[in-house]
Amino acid sequence: MIDNHILAPVFVQLFTAVIQLMFWRKTLTQRYLSVGGSFIGLLVAIRLFSRVYQDGILTMNAANWDAPFGIVFVADLLSVTLVLLTSIACFAVSIFSSIGVSRQRMLYGYFPIFHFLIMGLHGAFLTGDIFNLYVYFEVIIISSFVLMTLGGRKAQLEGAVKYMAMNILASMFFLTGIGLLYGLTGSLNMADLALKVRQVQDGTLVGITSCFFILGFGIKSAVFPLYYWLPSSYHTPPSAVAATFGGLLTKVGIYAMLRVFSLIFVPDEFTRTLLMVIACATILTGAFGAIIKTNIRRLFSYLIVCHIGFMIGGIAMFSKLALMGVVFYLIHDIAVKTNMFLIAGLIRQLRGTMDMDKLGGLYRDYPKISVLIALVLFSLVGIPPLSGFWPKIFLFQEAFLQTQYFFVAALIVGSFVTLYVIANMWAQVFWKNPPREEEVDDRFAPMQPYRKLLMVLPIGMLALTTLYIGLNAEAIVLVAEKISSQLIDTSTYIEAVLNKNNEL
Amino acid sequence: MELLLVLVLGLLYAAGVYLILRRSLVKLLLGIMLLGNGTNVLIFLLGKITKGSPPVIDESYKVFQDIYADPIPQALILTAIVISFALTSFAIVLLKRVYALVNSDDLDDLNTPEEEDL
Repeated sequence: MIDNHILAPVFVQLFTAVIQLMFWRKTLTQRYLSVGGSFIGLLVAIRLFSRVYQDGILTMNAANWDAPFGIVFVADLLSVTLVLLTSIACFAVSIFSSIGVSRQRMLYGYFPIFHFLIMGLHGAFLTGDIFNLYVYFEVIIISSFVLMTLGGRKAQLEGAVKYMAMNILASMFFLTGIGLLYGLTGSLNMADLALKVRQVQDGTLVGITSCFFILGFGIKSAVFPLYYWLPSSYHTPPSAVAATFGGLLTKVGIYAMLRVFSLIFVPDEFTRTLLMVIACATILTGAFGAIIKTNIRRLFSYLIVCHIGFMIGGIAMFSKLALMGVVFYLIHDIAVKTNMFLIAGLIRQLRGTMDMDKLGGLYRDYPKISVLIALVLFSLVGIPPLSGFWPKIFLFQEAFLQTQYFFVAALIVGSFVTLYVIANMWAQVFWKNPPREEEVDDRFAPMQPYRKLLMVLPIGMLALTTLYIGLNAEAIVLVAEKISSQLIDTSTYIEAVLNKNNEL
Repeated sequence: MELLLVLVLGLLYAAGVYLILRRSLVKLLLGIMLLGNGTNVLIFLLGKITKGSPPVIDESYKVFQDIYADPIPQALILTAIVISFALTSFAIVLLKRVYALVNSDDLDDLNTPEEEDL
């Protein structure tokens, strides 16, 4: 079905950003605009989701050029689910930012850039054209560079150099892959590519092209040999920024991998083995990296890497059940990882540090907030019936069915280390008495009540989302099942994009 | 022409990768730029280079009868050049700021120890 509302989430973010640019240096107005824009974006995303859930895939041809020739935007269930989750995360982060980001950063355009970043994310999820996907990736990385460096502390700039170099390199690999793909098929439309790649005679060349995509998306999503930029940069920006990055940016890599490897290159034996090895190594290195870290945000950065491995492993198994696990995990991961970094920001406000050795006594001083945080930590670990538990069932089941025992072992180790690390963090940060009572720098207690509320509200909101995902798992499983059957059987996607009868 | 472009392309990629593997920040930047240009040449090369046959259909025909210069790779390259221009200019400013703060061009000096974290 043709529908021009597909682009509404992109435009809401774009207009929010542009209107904010008109209020340059008026930070209070920008805060209201940001929260308002994010809220409208959330409503639009909910509407788009419900339409796609009921009516099936929607498409839109830019400038009315017919499908394989022009740029096409496609809203299938995977895209709109991710758009919806991004909107929820964006809403939460924008509320948190209004208190959690320093005025200095706001003066230099924090909010407009944040909304440009979200616009890039929405666009990347909704586009059906592989070069357009590249362009949206660039929108995302250039915005993230600015957010990463805004403030200009030494550690931030050092992290930004690594982040910048690796991400530009990733885009380069991605673009090289697109170039080769265009040379092979003469098309850029993903649905059209899906049909044409199958007709290419030279299988080796297709394999090499797919390796470029693995490399490019692998760097973006931080998989095993390519993840070093992530733990060395994500602990440097303000927590609101780290929340956006940690929750959403690596997941775009996973989304792109899901899309490209289900639609264009259906994984063959070699690719699957490669992805499986990468997945196991990612889980193990991420998990062991997390054990030795004492700074909360460095620890969370390694946990991101660890849990990316779960999803890569699911893609490697490439069956309906495995992809259900991947999609469910993706949904859970966006909500939880965003929340984790917001929590790190809150802890910094409560204690003035994020080093576990210097922290302590949070449960004694703030029992209610601690219980809220505990809920999020439990769902990250995957304690039933919270959200992290359900996708792992599917991953385990499929791994046993396909006798991928190394992956099963890696999953178990990854989950246990996550449990250990989080339990250790809980004991250190919440239960232990602070080592030096007199040095505790509590900026939270003297705050006005509404400011306190603005800091805790987004965490509560995301925790509610997690709780909903966990307790109403049946609904999420239904969505994940629909998405994974669309990913396995791509004919509905291809027909929806290329079918000429669509033009009414 | 194709052979020349293939050689140029190989040279650009090789030089780019070599420079990226050095420790100097400036060489890192130069390497990234060379790789970007290599990618652009690759896309150009894959667009079936022909001389003097623009993608305009003769009035007497309805479809293309002959081989023609594909305009899409050129549009892609144009987009890629604009994007890499923006990224490069950002990178230059970033490296200048880093140099001012760290007072070193060596990537190995960019490791603030963990104790100085917030």
